[in-house]
Order: sequence, then structure tokens, then C-alpha cells
Amino acid sequence: MKQSIVSFIVGVIFALGLVISGMTNPTKVLAFLDLSGKWDPSLAFVMVGAIGVYFLFYRWITKRDTPILEKEFSLPAKKGLDKKLILGAVLFGLGWGIAGFCPGPAIVNLSSLNPSALIFFAAMTLGAGIFQITNLAK
Amino acid sequence: MIDYSNFTPYSALMGGVLIGLSASMLLLFNGKICGISGITGQLLSFKTSDKKWRWFFFFGLICGGAIIFQAYPSSQNFQSETSTALLVVAGLLVGYGTRLGNGCTSGHGVCGISRLSFRSTVATVVFMLAGVISVYVFRHVLGVGQ
Repeated sequence: MKQSIVSFIVGVIFALGLVISGMTNPTKVLAFLDLSGKWDPSLAFVMVGAIGVYFLFYRWITKRDTPILEKEFSLPAKKGLDKKLILGAVLFGLGWGIAGFCPGPAIVNLSSLNPSALIFFAAMTLGAGIFQITNLAK
Repeated sequence: MIDYSNFTPYSALMGGVLIGLSASMLLLFNGKICGISGITGQLLSFKTSDKKWRWFFFFGLICGGAIIFQAYPSSQNFQSETSTALLVVAGLLVGYGTRLGNGCTSGHGVCGISRLSFRSTVATVVFMLAGVISVYVFRHVLGVGQ
């Protein structure tokens, strides 16, 4: 239960960060990705802030033997590149550039009841579901 | 040409710091990487047994949104110019692509790059480039939907 409460609080703070930074506004995201138009570089600062903080904390936290509420850290073990990683990133990037929503903002925007965000979220869930089904079949 | 009228470096930086802090908290307490597509995508999996904290995280995101949209109503007054058909295509691509590629802006972009993961850094460069190309093609070549 403690871990679930932490997860909830993390979700809340993460959502505040996404909205304050402007990531939940698709117009702003597309203006960041549109290098040939009127370019709005703001979202580069989101990455700078988030990576700057996590870079330092990651080093400090992983010096511990274990997390506070769990037996061990679950860190990605894969090292090399593979086709799935690259193809997945290409498909994600194409979709991100079409509508300006990525997964976090799509979920946070559910509470705004913005019709475009709701349609996007439904399709995103379907896309993830299709992956899950096709992956199970293998 | 930089659009200075819409340039918001301070709020962007502050939002980024909150994202970094919350991701750090998930690592410190639960030992988990804060990748949104992975955490929530596995809610759709039959194999995943640890769904409880994932649901709490998901509802945390929605509640956080509700709180800040209530406090600053202007932050939810955006208008997506994308047509319904293209929203569906984009959603399918993002949902499928992030699961296939094992991550999105948070898992690869924020956590992965900070961990100096080669895989995540390459993935981030690839999806950023694909995003830039996508906007260029849809907005400036085809001129549709946006």
C-alpha cells in the first residue's frame, strides 16, 4: 500500500510538472517540433530541468543498496540497439508530430475533458492494446 | 526564426524540475523507472501481476491534472487543430510505437538520458527527429490536419 501511495503522489507531481511546463498543450509541442516555422524552443528547457535533476538524484539514489520500500531497484537491463527500439521510436515520433500529444500529457489531459485529447487517448490505448495482443501471439 | 512571443523558458524549466523530482521519488522509494508508457501500458497486459501501483500512478496523473487545471483554468484552454481521423492515426502510432520501442519521452527521454543509457539516447534522438520530420511533412508539405 505504501508503494501505491508513493506512486499516486509521484503521478500528481509529474502531472503538475507536465502542465506547468506546457507539455500538455499540443500547440506548444508542435511549435517546438516545427523547426522551419516560428520555432518555440521552450520545451528544450523541460528536458534540461528534468534531466538535470534526475541525473544528479539517480547517482545519489543508486548508491543505496535498495530502494526504501522495495527489495531491489528495477532498472532496464537491455544494452544494445535492436530493430524494435528504432522502429518503435520512429512510429512514436511520427504520431507525436501529427497530434502533439505523447503518453503522459494524453493521460493528464483526460481531466480537462478536451475532446481531441480524449480521442487521442482512446486511440493510444487501442494502439498499446494491439501491441499487447500481437506480442502475446508470438 | 524563434517565436519569442510564446517563449516560456522559466515555466518550462520549473515544470521540468518537478518532473525530475517526481521521477527521482519513484526511484528512491519504489526502485522503479518513471516511464509513463511502460507503467501504464502494462495495465493492458495479462502477464503483469503488479498492477496496483500502476493504477495509483495513473490516477495520480489524472488527479494532478485536475488540480492544476482547476487552479489555472487557462492551462486547459488549448485547441488541437488536428482532425479526428489524424488524431486516431497519431494515437495508434504513439500507443503501438512506445510499447514496441519500450519507452516514450519520460522513460527514454528523461530517465534514460540521465542514466546515460545508449539505447534511450538513440531512441530519443530517433523519435525527436521523426517528430520534426512528421510536423514538416504534415504541416508544410501536405498542409493537412493541423
